[in-house]
Parts: sequence; structure tokens; C-alpha cells
Amino acid sequence: MHNFLFGLYPYIALSVLIIGSIARYERDPFTWKSSSSQLLRRKQLVVGSILFHVGVLVIFFGHLIGLLTPIWLFDALGIGHGTKQVLAVVAGGIAGVMALVGGGMLMHRRWTDPRIRRTSSFADNAILALLLAQLVLGLGTIFVSLQHLDGHEMTTFMAWALGIVTFQSGAADHIAGAALIFKLHIFLGLTIFLVFPFTRLVHILSGFSAPIRYLLRPGYQIVRTRRQKPLAASDTPKSTPAE
Amino acid sequence: MSHLLDRLNFLQSRETDQFSNGHGQVTRENRDWEETYRNRWRHDKVVRSTHGVNCTGSCSWKIYVKSGIVTWETQQTDYPRTRADLPNHEPRGCARGASYSWYLYSANRVKNPLVRGRLMKAWRKLRETMEPIEAWTTLQADPILRASYVETRGKGGFVRATWDEATEITAAANAYTAKTYGPDRVFGFSPIPAMSMVSYAAGSRYLSLMGGVCMSFYDWYCDLPPASPMTWGEQTDVPESADWYNSGYLLLWGSNVPQTRTPDAHFYTEARYKGTRSAVICPDYSEAAKFGDVWLNAKQGTDAALAMAFGHVILREFHLDRQAEYFEDYTRKYSDFPMLVRLDEKNGKLVPGRFLRADDLDGKLGEDNNPEWKTVAFDEVSQALVAPNGSVGYRWGEDGEWNLEEKANAVETKLKMSFVLEEDHDAILGVDFPYFGGEAFGQFKTDADHPDILTRNIPVKKIQTAEGEIAVATVFDLFCANYGLDRGLGGDWVTSDYANDMPGTPAWAEKITGVPADKIIHVARGFADNAEKTNGKSMIIIGAAMNHWFHMDMNYRGVINMLVMCGCVGQSGGGWAHYVGQEKLRPQTGWQPLAFALDWNRPPRHMNSTSAWYAHTDQWRYETLKADEILSPTAPEGDWDISLIDYNIRAERMGWLPSAPQLKTNPLEVAKAAKAAGKEIPAYVAETLKSGDLEMSCEDPDNPANWPRNLFVWRSNLLGSSGKGHEYFLKHLLGTDHGVMGKDLGQDGGQLPKEAKWHDQAPRGKLDLLVTIDFRMSTTCVYSDIVLPTASWYEKDDMNTSDMHPFIHPLQAAVDPAYESKSDWEIFKAIARKFQEIAPGYLGKETDIVALPILHDTPAEIAQDQVKDWKKGECDLIPGRTAPAFLAVERDYTAIYDRFTALGPMLDKLGNGGKGITWNTQDEIDNLSALNGVQLEGAAAGRPRIETAIDACEVILMLAPETNGNVAVKAWEALEKATGRDHAHLAEGEHGNKIRFHDIAAQPRKIISSPTWSGIESEKVSYNAGYTNVHELIPWRTLTGRQQLYQDHLWMRAFGEGFMSYRPPVDLKTITATVQDAGDDLVLNFITPHQKWGIHSTYTDNLLMLTLNRGGPVIWISETDARSAGIVDNDWVELYNTNGALTARAVVSQRIKDGTTFMYHAQEKIVNTPGSEKTGHRGGIHNSVTRAVLKPTHMIGGYAQQSYGFNYYGTVGANRDEFVVVRKMRHVDWLDREKSWDASAQEAAE
Repeated sequence: MHNFLFGLYPYIALSVLIIGSIARYERDPFTWKSSSSQLLRRKQLVVGSILFHVGVLVIFFGHLIGLLTPIWLFDALGIGHGTKQVLAVVAGGIAGVMALVGGGMLMHRRWTDPRIRRTSSFADNAILALLLAQLVLGLGTIFVSLQHLDGHEMTTFMAWALGIVTFQSGAADHIAGAALIFKLHIFLGLTIFLVFPFTRLVHILSGFSAPIRYLLRPGYQIVRTRRQKPLAASDTPKSTPAE
Repeated sequence: MSHLLDRLNFLQSRETDQFSNGHGQVTRENRDWEETYRNRWRHDKVVRSTHGVNCTGSCSWKIYVKSGIVTWETQQTDYPRTRADLPNHEPRGCARGASYSWYLYSANRVKNPLVRGRLMKAWRKLRETMEPIEAWTTLQADPILRASYVETRGKGGFVRATWDEATEITAAANAYTAKTYGPDRVFGFSPIPAMSMVSYAAGSRYLSLMGGVCMSFYDWYCDLPPASPMTWGEQTDVPESADWYNSGYLLLWGSNVPQTRTPDAHFYTEARYKGTRSAVICPDYSEAAKFGDVWLNAKQGTDAALAMAFGHVILREFHLDRQAEYFEDYTRKYSDFPMLVRLDEKNGKLVPGRFLRADDLDGKLGEDNNPEWKTVAFDEVSQALVAPNGSVGYRWGEDGEWNLEEKANAVETKLKMSFVLEEDHDAILGVDFPYFGGEAFGQFKTDADHPDILTRNIPVKKIQTAEGEIAVATVFDLFCANYGLDRGLGGDWVTSDYANDMPGTPAWAEKITGVPADKIIHVARGFADNAEKTNGKSMIIIGAAMNHWFHMDMNYRGVINMLVMCGCVGQSGGGWAHYVGQEKLRPQTGWQPLAFALDWNRPPRHMNSTSAWYAHTDQWRYETLKADEILSPTAPEGDWDISLIDYNIRAERMGWLPSAPQLKTNPLEVAKAAKAAGKEIPAYVAETLKSGDLEMSCEDPDNPANWPRNLFVWRSNLLGSSGKGHEYFLKHLLGTDHGVMGKDLGQDGGQLPKEAKWHDQAPRGKLDLLVTIDFRMSTTCVYSDIVLPTASWYEKDDMNTSDMHPFIHPLQAAVDPAYESKSDWEIFKAIARKFQEIAPGYLGKETDIVALPILHDTPAEIAQDQVKDWKKGECDLIPGRTAPAFLAVERDYTAIYDRFTALGPMLDKLGNGGKGITWNTQDEIDNLSALNGVQLEGAAAGRPRIETAIDACEVILMLAPETNGNVAVKAWEALEKATGRDHAHLAEGEHGNKIRFHDIAAQPRKIISSPTWSGIESEKVSYNAGYTNVHELIPWRTLTGRQQLYQDHLWMRAFGEGFMSYRPPVDLKTITATVQDAGDDLVLNFITPHQKWGIHSTYTDNLLMLTLNRGGPVIWISETDARSAGIVDNDWVELYNTNGALTARAVVSQRIKDGTTFMYHAQEKIVNTPGSEKTGHRGGIHNSVTRAVLKPTHMIGGYAQQSYGFNYYGTVGANRDEFVVVRKMRHVDWLDREKSWDASAQEAAE
């Protein structure tokens, strides 16, 4: 069971994340959006959303860097495991509280405003609940972490994560002895990956397709090429208008 | 191919094609995403249709259909061009029309026939054992069963029915009513045929075949300005909007063009760019106000004072101190200025009396034909009295001299306008004029103190008549005196100083209207100066606003006087541009035979709605206005001290106004009795009326024998929109919950009517059956017993015209009627078929007796030059002369459907016509037989078919001169006979021009010039009213044959309206100590203009339009008034008076004048309307706080232009003089609990 949850489930979750996202992007590109409810009610959104997003982004990149940076790099840089753990606990704690407060406001708003309530789908409500539960669990791990500040446990998570992404069998063994709350946190995290393509979370990926390149485009008059090949070569207009 | 792969183009060559020195770039991205947007606007077909919504816009639209569903609409742009130097009409449309397709599939659509649950239950039970008519008879005979559904009207509880059941109940009720009480107890209300003429005709044809009553609408809506028939003998004729562009001076008076004439407003803008000057008059800072060079914010309801001051300045500067040649010439030829008026003695003083007639003079000026109807003037050439051509006496009984040539007895004349010069008059005499300004109350009061009679000096001629020597004066001399102008004749109440506060001057008007005198003078000068320089190209655009006051005639006649003084009427770019509803039914004479079944039997039953609803909703029982409050201090002796309903009863008795019902006894029975007595019907009716054996229904409206029993409402929202006295409708006509808070005259100890029979207990629930046909669940539907789902405007074939443009264009079925709906044409066909199915054995071939009032534009219109009431023994009862005509009409109740669907034989015999002329129309009938085919069987075998709505359109188009050149030529030729002049040149070359339905489906078509209207369509002029009167010398259809600015009927003089003057709003006394709660101190004048978010009640429940405003009913209020009552913007407020209460949100705005509140008319109570704290019932509509009040002068009949015509003359439903208490709501109750069926609460409320 342990092996399934932490050895196989990550691959299932990530596969669904990747394949599901591609499928949605291909089949239903117009649903690829954050579904903002700002038009319905601005109140609570500005503060709540900023707190939540800043918090979550810090946590996200914290986890990304913290878990996937090879351990030897930390060692080479001379960052002690204990130092790293304290850093993670402090930064993660602050960001976690921000995200929790912001998320709480968003949830209160979503569930109490009649218009937003009516326009919310099951997925909208569920993902918010999942994220908040995950935040609570994540913050809960801090109390466990504070009991042993040597940073050892953290290295086991790093080993696990690196093991998973480098396809090493037995990656799950690294965390066999972790506290239950960590396991729950990891499981829920993987579940969020799993449901990702079916929720508004896809807007996270929109960052990749944001039209940043427009800024770098050289011309200001843009002409699109013809969509189909012309029937006869003689009809082909010059792609560059004569100067 | 793949959105994702297409995005992954990072490895593609960065080399791009560039151009324009690198500023341009060619991209090679995938373009599939564009397909989405292309598909969004892709469609299967586009069909031309429009919105039949009583909006003058009458815009043609493209309706887009995709997969069998109407998806959206856009404006058509293919109107025929105008002409060089004139902007075109297109594009026309507005946000309201663009939102219409929302309705088709909305939740508010009526999808199935609906029947009130309790009625349905009882019906199904009875039908198990009984035939339909028997079942209805039993149902009506059982008071508990009847009350069970009557009392639940407006409280929900509809169940689905089949078409078969719904039409069966309806037909059975109609048949029972015709047999039991008389067919004239079946009423039908549908307005504005021009908006969908076949749909109107469907119901009116059915009613006319069975003998039912078609109710008028234009007068009831108060859009009819009685001043127009008084002055011109014409209901309303106005310029098309393109003609604004030809104007040099546009005076917008109470018309909010950009808001309510949206598709035409561009002509106003374009005219302004061209350099046309413009002044805007309205109390609020409206959207139109910003268009003007100057904005005059006159106090609401005081427009007549402003008009008088304008007239004062114009007369002084353009007629007296200097005579503008064009004005003088125009008024001599085209107005009654030169006509002579007898000066009558009253209490030793003189008052203006009747026009002098040829009959008054020895030898009658050689006139044998109608000398009492030929007015007289003084001819400068012969220095003698003459009876000039063109007066109504020349119109009937002789041919060739009914024209406006300056002739009398074939001799050239030049009529004298004034006797002001020393050598022209025999004396200067004091003549009394009434002054009403002193009657002002409340916020209309000023500190000026003028007596109620103003005696002014008039130059008179003394002449010998059969009765001896009398004094006469010209209309012009009296007219100038009436405006308070000093002409050096001495005496009081005239002045040459504008700054003198004397009735008529700008200084006087400033006090009343609040408009500074210098602005009044400036605008008057600008207006007249332009008219003089351009030969009359000054125009006044007015909406109905001013016409909704009780004394609307004064406002309108003030305006008309200005136009006539300045020679503007009948000149392109000038004249009277009164725009209200979509009343211009251009192919009217082609439509009438179809609509009123004139092809089968004549006459139809027409009723003026205002009088009918006033009587049948028992509003008369609560009348607070007494005749002596509006009577003139100069009134001739007479029996004037009677109630307003008494005046109406006299008018009906004397044949002035129509009646419905007509006789207390069933006319089918009266006809049988006449037959049994072996007497002619008119003689028999006259005899029994005199003896008292027969009574007219009007004398006892509350007697069950005289109640309207069945009512059809279609193409209308009577209860949610136009029903003045809404709560009285609910209380007495429908018999359900209501908000009336006042007491009736009996309970109040008021003066009871003398002619109308008083019942201490007022009836509740007069109607047996209310059937409403609509596509949306309107307020009227909610209160109905049966609701029938009709096709929307994108689901039926029909036609549409307007006065704003000269085109005729169609409604078309872009898709089939959705759900179970059918077009109005098919619905009435189905009812007719059911009637024909169940009637045999119960009703067969019957003789009906129709009481016909004395009609305008018929030889009978010169019936009563004196007012005499047969009932008082002042004259004998002569049907058609001193009383209504009583005409036998043969009906075949077993062939209603067969007749409905075929063109009957009466047109073959009697021809067709309108407005006093007739022509043979056999060619057209033959053409229709060939085009539509003929019926092969049934009672109408061999007659042209009218099966489909398109067949019906073809009938209209074929018979009307406006759409069939051959008929136009015949019509002009018919008119030539009367005038003795050549007119057919106006339709020259049009012989072969025939517009067919498929022509207008391809493109809107311009109509052909016809004598039915006073304007022409040509390459030279835009359509403008009065054009043919001025340019073809066709008389106006008035007593004098001219634009008549003096009204000499006895009742006009009695009520002080011989001449125009300022009359302040009347006090309706609806805010009593009993009704006004302590602490509710804010009392405002209740104004109901037309809105921006709907056309009447349509679109007010349309989500798209609701989103653009506050999403429900609103009232507007000024900042000061709001503050005084603790109201802030968007608060819920309640408005109430004795008539009822309404709820709305408040829009607090600087735009509104203190002392008034605006509630845009016809915001229904079906959307976002909470309960009223005052009545305990849901909200109320704008008409919950109004009540109709009749004006006796509108009842006049049998007197040339003041004779009845359907929607032409009659009482009008004024509602602007109303005041309401405005307060913030303490508790907003949505009444969304279960209804407790507790009758005691209702009783306790009373």
C-alpha cells in the first residue's frame, strides 16, 4: 500500500496531469481559464486573492526548489540541512498563513455570496476545499518538524522526490518512516495534481502561453499568412507586399 | 491541427517576412482559432421582419436563423433612398429591438394555451355531460362556480389546456353572451393596427362578423390630441422624420427625440449640422435638451401659458406692428381668421358666439344647400358678406365648390381679416373672455391676481339678420384680443408692453412657467423670423407629454396657433410634428374592409374606450371633478350642473359618441320584436326609446344587463400598460384583489349623477371571461381566464407602417411559431371555426341592430347645428340626426368561419373608400380572385380566399390606394368631383404600380400618394401633413373648411375653449386626509413619460434591457425632494393616493424638476416588484395611482369636424394632473409566502 501511494500514485497523478491537461487544451481550449468571479463581486476578492496567490506561489516555488534541488548542491553551497529546514519552516509558515487567510476569505466569499454560489461548479468548490485542507496539513507539518530541527527528515523527502522524478524504483522507501501528517500532505498534494486538469487550476499553465512574445515582436503591423494553399500558383500573392 | 503543437513553435525559424522597413511582419501562426469566431456569426438564413410594438420606429430588421432557431437580429440597411440633398433613413434601430430575439425562447414566453385552474376544472366536469354552450350557461348560472375563478384572477393557478378546449370555452362564452345579453357585450381591445395590421384584423374581423365591439385605443392612450380634429378635421397627420432636415427652426416641445424616436434622431442631428436652429422645451434636463441652442425648462403643465406668450410676441411683431406678407396671405387663405363670429349678449355683456352662417342672413347669400353650415366672411372686393368656398356646407349635397380657391359663388374674393381700421368698423365693443389662470392650485399658483372674466375692446360690424341687428367680429380681431394685444382701441386687459404682467404677455408667462421673459421673446422671434424668411419652414416636434394633461387642448391649440400664424402647416420643413404611437396605418382604406368585415356587413361596432372603461370599471363612481370646476364664467345659460358621466350619457343619446353595450335589451331580441310588431327597425327603436320601453345601456352601466361579459385582449397589455385606473379595473371589471383606497360618491356623500342610475352596491367582477392573446406572460395575461400563446414577431407574416417614414414593410415568419403558439390570424380562425361548429341550433341567421353615432366624413356630420336633447323634449328623436342611427345588420352565426376566410360581396355592391370619398373596386376584387383563388365550398363559395395571413396582406395591398396605383388614381378622381379641381396628376403614371407582399419582403416600399392622407410622396417634397390642403387647395375637413382656430360649438363655448387660453392643471383631490399617513409629507406631481429601456411594457421584462437599467420599476425624483423625505438613490419607495399604490426604486437625479416625480410608463409589476405596505398587494403599476377623467368638450358630436370617428374624436384618458404621496418604504415585503385564502383581509381593507 505504501509503495502504491508513494511509489506508483505519483506517476498516475502526474500522468493524468500531463495527459489530461493536453487533452483539455486540445478539446476545449475555451474552458482554459481562471473563471474569475470578480465581475460578480469585488469585495474580499482583491485582498483575499492577493494573499492567497502570493502565499501559494511562495510555497509552490519553495517546494519545487526545496524538493528537487539535488542534495549535493546544498552541500556544495554549504547550506546546512538544519538551516535549510528552519528557512523552510519560517518562509513556508509565513506564506502558508497568508495563503490560508486569503483562501479562507475566498472560500467565505464563494460560499456566502448568493450569486457566486450559484455560478460555482462542484469543481470550483472542491478544489478550493482541497487547497485549504492541503494548506492546513502543510502548516501542521511545521509542528512535527519543530520537534527535530536537524533537517534529516527533510532530506528523506528530497531523496523521495528526486527518486520519483528520476524514475528510481524504491523511491517510496525513503519516506516509509515519515510522520503520518507528512504522508497525508504528500498524498493530498498528489491528488491535487491528479484533479488539476479538471479544475480551474489549469490557469496556472496559462503562464506558459501568455503573450509575452508580443513585446518582442519587431513589427507593429501584423499580417497573417493565408490559411490554405492557393489553388493555382499564379494566384499566389507575394507574401511580401511590393515596396 | 493540434492547438498545443501549434503553440510549440519555438524551434521554427525566427526569420519572418517583414515589410515597411521592418515595421510590418507576416506571421505564420496557426489560424484555426479564427474558425470559432466565424462560426459564432455563421447562420442558415436571414429573414426580413420587424417589431410590432407600437413604436414609431417601424424599423426593418434582419432576423438570423441557425439550426432552426432565431439567434439574433441586426438592422436592415436597404430602405429606398430619399433624394439628393436629403439624408437617407437607414440605418434604423435601437437597443430595444436588438434585444427582441431574447423573448422567443425565454422563460416568460407563453408556450401553451393556459386556462385558470378552477375554470378548467369546472368546465371539464360540466363537459362530461353537456354540450359546450350548455356547459357555459350552467357555469354562469351558478354564482359560486363563477366566483370561484373570478376571484382568483391575478393570483396564479393556470393549467395547460389544448387548443381545442381553449377555443371551445371561448366560442361557447361568445355564443352564450350573444344570445343571452347581445353580441355587443363581447368586447375586443387591440391597439395600433399599423404595427401588425393583419393580426389586428384577425380579431376585429371575427368580432365584426359576430357583432362584437372593437374598442378604440388612440384616444384611450391619450395620444389622440383632440386639438387636431378640432382644428383640421384630421385625426393626426404629421411629417415624416426626414422632413425635419428641411426645417430651418426645430422647436422640440416635450418630445425627447433621442430617447423615444431613437431611429429618427439622426435627422435631428443632421439638421443641426446643416445649420437648423433649435429650441427645446421640457421641464427636465432630457436627452433632447442638449441638442438645443436654448433649453426652456417650463414648469410641467403650464405649456399653454408659454404658447400664449410666444403667440403674443409673434402677433405683435409679425401681424400687428408689421404685417409679414407671407403670414397674412397664408392666414387669409388657410385659416378661419377672416370668418365672422356673432357676438352674443349675456347678462348685458357680449361674448363670442357662433360663426355667422349664410342661413342667418336674409336671402341666405343665395345658398340653398346647407346654408346653416356655410360660414360667412366680409369680402374686400365686393365690400359685402360672402359665404366663401370650402366650408362644410359645400362638402355635402353639391359638387365642385368644396375647395380653397379664393372664391364665393364663383366670384373672386379677398376676405377681410380685421375691422380694426376706423372706416371698417361700426363700433368698438367690450367682449368678455374667460380667464382660468386664477384657478391654479398648489404649486401652480402664482401671486398674480387677475379676474376670471377679462373684457376687451373689439372692432365690430353691425349687420342685419333675420332676427334683427347683431354685432359680428372677425376671428382675427377676437384672436388678437384673446392674446391680450393692444391695438389702440382702448379698454382694459390689453397691452403693448411685454413686461406688463397681463394675461398673454411674456412677463405673465414667466411667472407661471418660470421661463424668463427674454428667452420667450427670443424663441418666438427666432421661430417666426425663420418662418417668414423660408415660407413656413419652422416646425414644432411634440410628443404626447403635453397631451396627457386634462386641459391638453389648450397646450396643443397654443402650439397649433403659432404654426398657423406663421404659415408653417402644409409646408415641407414646417408644421406640427406630433409623434406618439405608431398610428399611421398607411394602407388604411384597404385594410378597413378586411378588419371590420365591411365586405360582409356594415356598420361594425366601434366604441371609444375612454368612455367605456370609465363606465364599466366604475371609475365614474369615484369622480372628484365637478363640471362647475371647469365651466367657463362666460358659459351661456344651460343645464351644466351635471356629472361628467351624465355628459357622456347625453352625448351617447344624441348620437355624438358611440355606445357599448348599446341597448339594455338584447338587440337580437329587439329586432325580433320589431318584426313581430311589423315595423321598420329605426322607427320601432325610436318609438320604444321615446316611450321608455327600451333603454340605452349607458344610462345604467352597473346593471348586470349592461355589463361587458367577454373581453378579448390581443397585441396589447391593457392591464399592465394603458389601463388608467388600474385598481378600478381590478376591483370592478375583474372582481379580484385591488388597491383602491378611496370611497365612492355614495359612501362619501358626494353629488350623485343625474342621468346615470346609482346602485348603492357597486358590482364586482363584471366580466365572465377575459381572454388574452400574447407571446409573453404580461400583467394582462396574469389576470386573464384564458391565455393563448401567439406567434412572436419573427414567427408570423404581417405588415407594418409608421408616420416616421413612408415605407411599408413586412413581419415574416423566420421560423415556425415556437412551442404550441399560433399567429393571431390562425388563432381567430380557430375560434371562428369553433364558433361555426357549436352555434347551429343555438344561433342561426339573426338580425342585429347596430346603433351608429353620427360619423365624421359622412353626410350625416352636419346633423346638429344646435344642441338639442330628444329626451328632454327639445326635439324629436330622429335616428341618425338627433340620435344614433339604428341599423339592421344581418348576421349568419352558422357561417362565421366561412365568412372569415373569404372576401364578402358587399364591396362589389358598395365599393370602397374612406374619409368621405368612395370608388368602385371591382377590378381589385377580380384580381384578388385570380391571385388568392376562390373558396370552393361553404357559405362563401366563389369568393376570393383569405386563408393565410399572406392572403390577408394581399387583400390590404390590393384594395389600398397607397399600395395599388390603380386605386390611387380612382381615389383622386373621386376627390376631384367634390373639389372641382384636378388632383389625379398626383398619382400620374402609377396606374400599373402594385405592391405585393413579396415585393415588400424583398425591400421596404414607398407608398403611393393618396387622398386618404394630406401629404404626398414625391421626388420633390418629403411627406408632410396638410401639404395637399395648401398646395392642392383641398379644404380641411372642418366646419369652415379652413384650419379652425375658433371653436364655436355650444359646449366649447360653455367650457371656455372657444379660443385657446392657459388652463392650469385640475385638482383631482386624490390625496385626502384619510389616505395620507402622518409624517408622509412629500407630495409630488406624477408624470409618466416614455422610457429608454422599453417600448411601452414590452422589453421591460427582457433580461437584456433590465440589465441596462435598475432591473425593475423605478421612479425619478429630484435631489431636493429626495432629501426632504430621507430618500437616497436606489431606495425602495412607495407612491400612493386614493386610487391605489405602487412600489419602485428611486432614481435621485438633478435632471428632475422639484415638485415632480417621473415614472416611466408601463414598467410592469411582474419583475422585481415588492408588495405595497399601503394596500398589502403586489406593487402596482404606474396606473395604480391614476384614474381616467372625462372632458365634456371631447364628447361633442354631429358637428362637422367635431363628429365621432373611431380613434378620431372622443374622450381621452388624461393622467398628468395626478398627485401622489412619496415615501421611503419601511419594510420591503416580496409577498413570497403561501397565499392565505382569507377573504376577510380584503374586506377589512375596504
